[in-house]
Amino acid sequence: MTQKLIVIGAGMATGRALEHLFEADADYDVTLFNAEPRGNYNRIMLSPVLAGDKTYQEIITHDAEWYDANGVTCRFGERIAKIDPVAKTVTAENGDVLSYDKLLFGTGSNPFMIPLPGHDLEGVIAYRDLEDTQQMMALGPDNKVVVIGGGLLGLEAAAGMAARGVDVTVVHIMGHLMERQLDEAAGYLLRKALIDKGITVRCQANSKEILGENGQVKALLLDDGTELPCDLLVMAVGIRPNVKLAQDCGLAVGKGIHVDDQMVTSDPDILAVGECVEHDRAIFGLVAPLYDQATVAAKTLMQQEATFVQKELSTKLKVTGCDLFSAGDFADAEGREDIVFRDPARGVYRRLVIEKDVVIGAVMYGDTADSNWFFGLIRDKTDISEMRDTLIFGPAYQGGTPMDPLAAVAALPRDAEICGCNGICKGQIEDAIADGATDLGAVRAVTKASGSCGTCTGLVEQVLAVTLGDDFVIPAAQSICGCTDMTHEDVRRLIKSRALKSMPAVWQECGWKTSCGCHVCRPALNFYLLADWPLEYADDPQSRFINERKHANIQKDGTFSVVPRMWGGITTPDELRAIADAADKYMVPTVKVTGGQRIDLLGVKGEDLPNIWKDLNDAGMVSGYAYSKGLRTVKTCVGTDHCRFGTQDSTGLGIKLEKTLHGSWTPHKLKLGVSGCPRNCAEATCKDIGVVCVDSGYQISIGGAAGMDVKETEFLIQVATEDESIDVIKAVTQAYRENAKYLDRIYKWIGKVGLEWVKEQIEDLTIRQALVDRFELSQSVYRVDPWAEHVRKAETYQPIANLTLEAAE
Amino acid sequence: MTDWIDVAALDDIAPRGARLVKTRMGCVALFRTADDAVFALDNACPHKQGPLAEGIVHGKAVTCPLHNWVISLETGLVQGNDEGQVATYPARVADGRVLLDAGFIRARSAA
Ligand SMILES: Cc1cc2nc3c(=O)[nH]c(=O)nc-3n(C[C@H](O)[C@H](O)[C@H](O)COP(=O)(O)OP(=O)(O)OC[C@H]3O[C@@H](n4cnc5c(N)ncnc54)[C@H](O)[C@@H]3O)c2cc1C
Ligand code: SF4
Ligand code: SF4
Ligand code: FES
Repeated sequence: MTQKLIVIGAGMATGRALEHLFEADADYDVTLFNAEPRGNYNRIMLSPVLAGDKTYQEIITHDAEWYDANGVTCRFGERIAKIDPVAKTVTAENGDVLSYDKLLFGTGSNPFMIPLPGHDLEGVIAYRDLEDTQQMMALGPDNKVVVIGGGLLGLEAAAGMAARGVDVTVVHIMGHLMERQLDEAAGYLLRKALIDKGITVRCQANSKEILGENGQVKALLLDDGTELPCDLLVMAVGIRPNVKLAQDCGLAVGKGIHVDDQMVTSDPDILAVGECVEHDRAIFGLVAPLYDQATVAAKTLMQQEATFVQKELSTKLKVTGCDLFSAGDFADAEGREDIVFRDPARGVYRRLVIEKDVVIGAVMYGDTADSNWFFGLIRDKTDISEMRDTLIFGPAYQGGTPMDPLAAVAALPRDAEICGCNGICKGQIEDAIADGATDLGAVRAVTKASGSCGTCTGLVEQVLAVTLGDDFVIPAAQSICGCTDMTHEDVRRLIKSRALKSMPAVWQECGWKTSCGCHVCRPALNFYLLADWPLEYADDPQSRFINERKHANIQKDGTFSVVPRMWGGITTPDELRAIADAADKYMVPTVKVTGGQRIDLLGVKGEDLPNIWKDLNDAGMVSGYAYSKGLRTVKTCVGTDHCRFGTQDSTGLGIKLEKTLHGSWTPHKLKLGVSGCPRNCAEATCKDIGVVCVDSGYQISIGGAAGMDVKETEFLIQVATEDESIDVIKAVTQAYRENAKYLDRIYKWIGKVGLEWVKEQIEDLTIRQALVDRFELSQSVYRVDPWAEHVRKAETYQPIANLTLEAAE
Repeated sequence: MTDWIDVAALDDIAPRGARLVKTRMGCVALFRTADDAVFALDNACPHKQGPLAEGIVHGKAVTCPLHNWVISLETGLVQGNDEGQVATYPARVADGRVLLDAGFIRARSAA
C-alpha cells in the first residue's frame, strides 16, 4: 500500500533523498513543504550567482516538471507549524492538518546573528538564501558593505560583492581568516589575495555596535572606536541547526536533532537529514556528508540496510583567484610531523601533517591542483613512508627519482635568470667565476647577484658549486633555529625590503619549516618586527620571555624580583619609604642594591606583582626594565653638583638619557653610564654606551661590556653640547635596533658591521637626524610604563579557578 | 563516563598563553595553544621545578622559563636530549568553556 511521506524543507539534503527514492521506485506519496517560496536548488552555488558567474535558473536542481513526473505535491512558501507525533499529523501555517506514515526533517540551519545592539536594523542580513543574495546583488559601486565574519561564507559574500564594484570591508575577530580551516600562513596568503581584489580586511577586530539612522543600518562601530560606514551589513558568523519544530514536538534534540546511524530520530517514524541533525555528537555544515545521509535515509525509508559513517571532510573556497584547500587535522601535536613547502614567489603554500607515516591533514594555498590526491591519502590512510621525500610535490613526482638540486642547476641554460632583483642570469655568474670570482662575496661584488633581497643566495652558491666543482664548499650559515635555513641577517633584510609586517608574513615569505615558529625564533621575529614597524606591528607578549612578558625578573624558585626605576640613580626619602613599605607589605625576603644603582625587591610572588606595582606606581615610581632586552639603567656619578672634579652635570645628563630611552626595546640589554670627568666613577667605559664628560664637552664611546666578556668601549665621537650628545646616543641606539641580530650586544654587532660604519652613520648629520626621527617615532609607542598597563589586567595574574572547595565535596 | 567541571572561559587564557588553577595539592597550569587546544599539566618542570605557566608556548609544547627545557603539552614528556615527565590531566574545550576532569580534582584532593 502506498505510504504517505511528508518532507519538511526542500533543501540540498532532502532533494538528494527524494532522488534516491524515486530512482528506486519507492512506493511513497510525497508532500514537500518549504519555507522558502521555491523548490530545491543548489545552495552552495549562491556564491557564483552573487559573483555574476551563474544565474539562479542554472542552479535549480529540481524543476516543476521533475516534481510533476514523480507526483510530488509541492507546498512552497509554506512552513510547517506543528507536528503531532502521536496522531502522526503535521499542521501547516494556514491550519491545514495532514497525516503521514513517515516524516522526513530537512530544516537546515539558521544563520547565527550576533546580538549586537542594532542587529535588528533594516539592512542587516545573513547570507543563507536567494533573498539575501538578491539584496547583495542589488548593490553597486556607490555602495559600501561591511561583512562580519572572515570564514568561508563571509569571504564568498565579500568577494562576490567586490566583483560588482562594491566597497567591501571584512571584519574578523580572529587573528587570521578562516581560522578553522587554515593555519596562519595560509590565512596570510588569503588575506593578501583579498586585499588585491580591493577588499579591506580587518582581523582581530571586535564589533561593538551597529549604528543606524531611521531604522536603517548606517555603520559598524568597533571596540577601538573605529566607525565603518555601510549601506548593508552582512553577518556571516556561523549557523545553528534549525531544531525548534523538532524540539516542540518532543524529539530528542541536542545541538541538532538526534539521529541514529539509519537517520532515524527518537521517533521511529520520523527521520532527519542535513544540517539540522546531530549524529554521534557531530553536526554538519558541508554538503558531502549530507548527501551520504540522504542516501542512508532513502534506504531506511525503503526498509533497506544502510549505515551513515562520518568521513573526513575538505573545504574549498569558491572565490576566483583564491585557491585554497584544507582537510583533516592540521594542528601541531606530539608525534606529528610537518612537511611544509613554500614558494614565496608564486604565493604557493602547502603543508602536510603526518602521523605514523599517514597523512592526517593538509592545508594548501595557491596551487591546489593536487588536493584531491592528497585528500585521497588522508581518507584512505595510505602509508606514505615510501614516497615521503617527494610527497609534498604531489602525484607527478611519485615513482620518479627525486631531483638532485645541483643537477637541476647544472641543467639550467646560460640565460636562465638567477637573481630576479638585479636581472642577473646564470651566464653572467659563470663569466664572473671564469674571471676569478671564487666565493659568494666576489660574485656579489662583480655581478650584484643576490645583493638585494638575498633570496637567491642559495641558488648563486649552487651555480658556484656546479661551476667550481670541489673547489667550492657551500658555507653553512648559522640559521636562526631549526624552523628556518635563513640567518638572522637574511630575515632582517627581507622584513625591510619586502615590508613584512606580521609573523605569518615572515613565516610564509621566508619559507619557515614549522607552522608557527618556536621559542628561539619567535622572540627574535617579534623584536625585528616591532623595531622596523613600530606603528604597524602589534607587540606579541606570547613571543616574549617571561621577564619581558611580566616586566619582572623570574628567579630560580619561580618568584619574581621587582626593580623600580630610579632615574639616573637618584631617589628620594619618600621613594625609599614607599619601597620599604612595599617590602614589608608583600613580605619581600630580600632587598638588594643592584649593580646598576637601583633597589631590587627579590622574592615577590607572581600573584602579588600587580599589587606591588600599583603601590610603587602610586608612590610615583615606574618599572625599571631591569630584566629586559631594552634600556635597563643609566649609571651616573655625582658630577658637578657635589664633586670637586666634575666638569659637567653627569647626573642630570643620565636622568635625561634615561627618560628619553626608557621603554625602548633593543636586540639585547642596553646599559649606559655617564661620568662627570675622566676619573670615570660611573665606570662608563665598560657600558654598552658610555659618556665621559670633559671640559670641552662629551666623549661618547660604545661597545663596552662587563659580563661574560669584559671589554672597554671604543671611542665614537666627541660633541660640544648636552643636546647633541643625547641625539648621538638616540641615533646609535636606533642604528643598533635596526641592524643588529637579536641577542647581539652592541660590541658583538660592532664586530660585524665595523666601528667605521657606525661612525659614518653618526657623523653624517642627515643620516643621524633620520635615525633620531625614527627612534622618536618608535618611542611614541613604546615610551610607556608597562606596570601601569599590567595593573589594569591584574586578574590575569591570579589563578583562573580555585578548585580547593570543589575538592572538599 | 568522565565528569567534566567547567573552570573558565577559553578567552580567559591568551592564545599561546597559560593560567593557573588552584587545587588543594598546589597549582595546575592550563595552557592554550594557537589553535585553541587546551592542556592541563603540573606547573613544575621536571628539571628544577620551573613554573611552566610562565614559559613560551609553541606548537603543542612549552619551553620552561628557567633553563629552556621543552615539554610536550600532550604527554608531559621532556623533548630532545633531556629526560623527564610532567603529570598531565584531562582537559578539553566545549562551547568556549574550558573543562577539567572532576576525577582529577578528587584525586588531587585525596592525596
Ligand atoms: C552561500 C552558501 C555557500 C555555501 N557553500 C558551500 C560549499 O561550497 N560547500 C559545501 O559543502 N557547503 C556549502 N554551503 C553549505 C550548504 O549549502 C549546506 O550545508 C546545505 O545546503 C544544507 O542542506 P540542508 O538540506 O540541510 O538544508 P538547506 O539546504 O538549508 O534547506 C533547508 C530548507 O528547509 C526550509 N525550512 C526550514 N524550516 C522549515 C519549516 N518549518 N517548514 C518548511 N520548510 C522549512 C528552509 O527554508 C530551507 O529551504 C554553503 C551555504 C551557503 C548559504
Ligand atoms: S667621575 Fe669625576 S666628576 Fe664624577 S664623581 Fe668621579 S671624580 Fe667626580
Ligand atoms: S651573575 Fe649569574 S648568578 Fe649572578 S645574578 Fe647574574 S646571572 Fe645570576
Ligand atoms: S627548571 Fe625547567 S628547565 Fe630548568
